[in-house]
Amino acid sequence: MNWLLSKVEELSGENLYACYQCGKCSAGCPMVEEMDLLPNQVILLVKLGDESVVEAKSPWVCAQCYQCGVRCPREVDIAKIMEAIRLIKLRKNIDHIKLENVEKNLPQIAIVSATRKYTG
Amino acid sequence: MEMGYYPGCTLKTNAKVFEDSLLKAFEKIGIKLKELNKWYCCGTVYSLATDNLMYRLAAIRNLIRAKEDGHEKLVAPCSICYNTLKQANLMAKSDEEAMSKINAFMDEEPDYDGSVSVIHPLEVIEAKLQEIKAAVKKPLGKKYAAYYGCLLLRPKEIAIDEHENPSIMERLIEALGGSVVNFPLKNECCGSYNVASNKEAVIDANYRIITNARRNGADAIVTSCPLCHFNLKEMQKEVKKVHPEFAGLPVYYFSELMVEAFGIEMEG
Ligand code: SF4
Ligand code: SF4
Repeated sequence: MNWLLSKVEELSGENLYACYQCGKCSAGCPMVEEMDLLPNQVILLVKLGDESVVEAKSPWVCAQCYQCGVRCPREVDIAKIMEAIRLIKLRKNIDHIKLENVEKNLPQIAIVSATRKYTG
Repeated sequence: MEMGYYPGCTLKTNAKVFEDSLLKAFEKIGIKLKELNKWYCCGTVYSLATDNLMYRLAAIRNLIRAKEDGHEKLVAPCSICYNTLKQANLMAKSDEEAMSKINAFMDEEPDYDGSVSVIHPLEVIEAKLQEIKAAVKKPLGKKYAAYYGCLLLRPKEIAIDEHENPSIMERLIEALGGSVVNFPLKNECCGSYNVASNKEAVIDANYRIITNARRNGADAIVTSCPLCHFNLKEMQKEVKKVHPEFAGLPVYYFSELMVEAFGIEMEG
């Protein structure tokens, strides 16, 4: 098993080999138009050990809406996989946003949520 | 009837109108929402990593406060707080290993056993539709698109209703004398916290969702989440810059419709 796959499996608790690439997750993902990799491609690249997935935009655009997971016929919870990929960077102290650049007029819930998902 | 009430940060600030209208509307149907004597931020957007128990402590602490105050049920109106507290509570009930770590780490707190039940106000409403109908003084008489977003419905284990086709908000609107429109995007994400880092995603989602509601004949959108409310309402200004032909829609909390139909005057 490549290091990327074992790390993602460890952090997400998900079995990526359950995925048979049907694409249903990507078909229903509301954020897919902003993504550079489809959610099912993210899974495939992790399985192949392709580290470019860690630098991709998709995990950061994922809004943890759980639509993919509830629809997946193989019960793969992709939201957890996206979180695992974000954490690979965040845990190296590489934040995705600088808090001082976040607009001040946002509701608290937006700021606290963004801090949780985009900073380590 | 009295129930524990967890406001969360945003109902005390940006979404004050949600809190005020909800408390008044619930009083009218005989339910007193009693705010916890002490509460903290819920931690927001439940952490998904298997090893990240740290981010779940805040939720568990709030549940301990609810138990201390003697509440069997804790009502959380903000969809994100509801989701976070509910998922943490499920963990407390089902994951012994995680809970033994959390209980040991928070040794200043009593152990928590998952015994508080976390509920959303719409679940309370479901059992009160007759009382609600009886309390209506000014029937709504408009057409509404009920928007649920994600966190009241997913993951499945915490859903307040059928997760692909919920109807509780529609039943409330009809009880208040309004009519509802078909709204296929009612459970599609508004873009959530992308608003802090990648606004385009929220602008696109807003355009899609509001346009879908309009095409189906809605006069307004109804929601229960302060972040959906912001993304769907405030971001309409930004959508207009990208799509000049875009005609927006007003966005309300479901509790605002309740006070309106009950004929309750709100201050301010
Ligand atoms: S829906 Fe499930 S099985 Fe299908 S591609 Fe997505 S993760 Fe794989
Ligand atoms: S959880 Fe993320 S990947 Fe899955 S449907 Fe939602 S935005 Fe897309």
